[in-house]
Amino acid sequence: MHNRVVITGLGIWGCLGNNLDEVTESLRAGKSGIGMDLERKEWGYRSSLTGIVAKPELKGILDRRARIGLSEEAEYAYMATLEAMKNAKMDMSWVEKNEVGILYGNDSSAKAVSEAIDTIRIKKDTTLLGSGSIFQSMNCTVTMNLSTIFKLKGINFTISAACASGSHSIGLGYLMIKWGLQKHIICGGAQEVNPFAFGSFDGLSAFSIRENEPTKASRPFDKDRDGLIPSGGAATLILESYESAMERGAPILAEVVGYGFSSNGEHISNSNVDGQVRSLNMALKDAGLSAKDIDYINAHATSTPGGDLAEAKAINEVFGECKPLVSSTKSMTGHECWMAGASEIVYSMLMMKNNFVAPNINFENPDEASAKLNIAKTTTEKNIDVFLSNSFGFGGTNSSLIIKKVK
Amino acid sequence: MTQAEIIERINGFLVDEFEVDAEKINPDENLRETLGLDSLDYVDLVVIIESNFGFKVVAEDFINIHTFQNFYDYVGRKVAEKATA
Repeated sequence: MHNRVVITGLGIWGCLGNNLDEVTESLRAGKSGIGMDLERKEWGYRSSLTGIVAKPELKGILDRRARIGLSEEAEYAYMATLEAMKNAKMDMSWVEKNEVGILYGNDSSAKAVSEAIDTIRIKKDTTLLGSGSIFQSMNCTVTMNLSTIFKLKGINFTISAACASGSHSIGLGYLMIKWGLQKHIICGGAQEVNPFAFGSFDGLSAFSIRENEPTKASRPFDKDRDGLIPSGGAATLILESYESAMERGAPILAEVVGYGFSSNGEHISNSNVDGQVRSLNMALKDAGLSAKDIDYINAHATSTPGGDLAEAKAINEVFGECKPLVSSTKSMTGHECWMAGASEIVYSMLMMKNNFVAPNINFENPDEASAKLNIAKTTTEKNIDVFLSNSFGFGGTNSSLIIKKVK
Repeated sequence: MTQAEIIERINGFLVDEFEVDAEKINPDENLRETLGLDSLDYVDLVVIIESNFGFKVVAEDFINIHTFQNFYDYVGRKVAEKATA
């Protein structure tokens, strides 16, 4: 007997806004969150383009001991989780009496690590790093800090799966609850946004250099795309069993019905159509749905020539006959990397709630593969009952999630 | 740096960084009890003293520091030693 798994809370902190309302407005308006960080040029970056994400002000909200262990991405995750728990009606007194877990996607804490090593090299004394450094530097900085701050007593670890980290965190949370191992899990993804984090990625010439038009630089599926734009923040979703949500009187926002995953078993950075198709089909099979049941696909498409081409082919192979609406919200956000798989579920949930599909901005001319897809160039009024979200990462890790409206 | 300047700077970072209520800072009060320091806080105290006064505290030095006045005097001595070194 499997449990039904529902989403009861959402939270977001990123370049489209610092809460659900701001982000909904940006999505509907097709507003880009991309700008420039000129410091990156001084560091030798090819591209200074980046998602512009505000720094949360935590003094006055959290005490010193809680604050100093938070890395940049953990600060974003705290803000997103605070919002998600609030709208899931999970207050601290309830959380302390129940077994709430956390599975969060994160795959670097480069700024904290780099700054600590710089200090050691200069001071030649590790005791001058301060007590927060270790808790900021580990990949599990988000789960380690949030589990302490929110006094969580359930499952507690970080998922590191490159740009599919956030998506797999939701998929694994879904499985844990479905199989009855947990009732409530905080899932999500976080991504730091600073020059320490993206130098090696920039070094692969993977980033767009269209610096004269920052808001037009991220153009997934467009034939003139020249690379992705790094971005970040954090997105949180509260997953719980349907029974638990009903018992608590929590708002049931949607149901997670399908999780598909696969590994390409090939190149470390190149995409692979077969691996993506297997992930898509597995998600559909798990959900007990067919391609025609999907109303909207939030594509992984990052605006790289090879990656978008492979995904367009994979989507066409599975959905070619029914052609659901497709858009990549990365056209507005840039690539939120470890966060993207979670944030794109949040974006799609906001579209589902408000009956529209956000546009794939800057999609002006298709290439031969994207021409076969039904891409939303502009904001499209649309009732969404079921959507699918793709996330693919380096190493060939693929994840597809299917979310359904609860009627 | 005068002793008054040292005291002002110490009280400043205790209020700003360690979020100690300024009204609780009194020369005769017990430092550890007033600040509610745990083992991790001592690590941060070492860092903040080094960045403010340019010398490194060794853990054993804290053994004889009980009150705020002990702390001010200790830092004053170390700053003077450094100036004459």
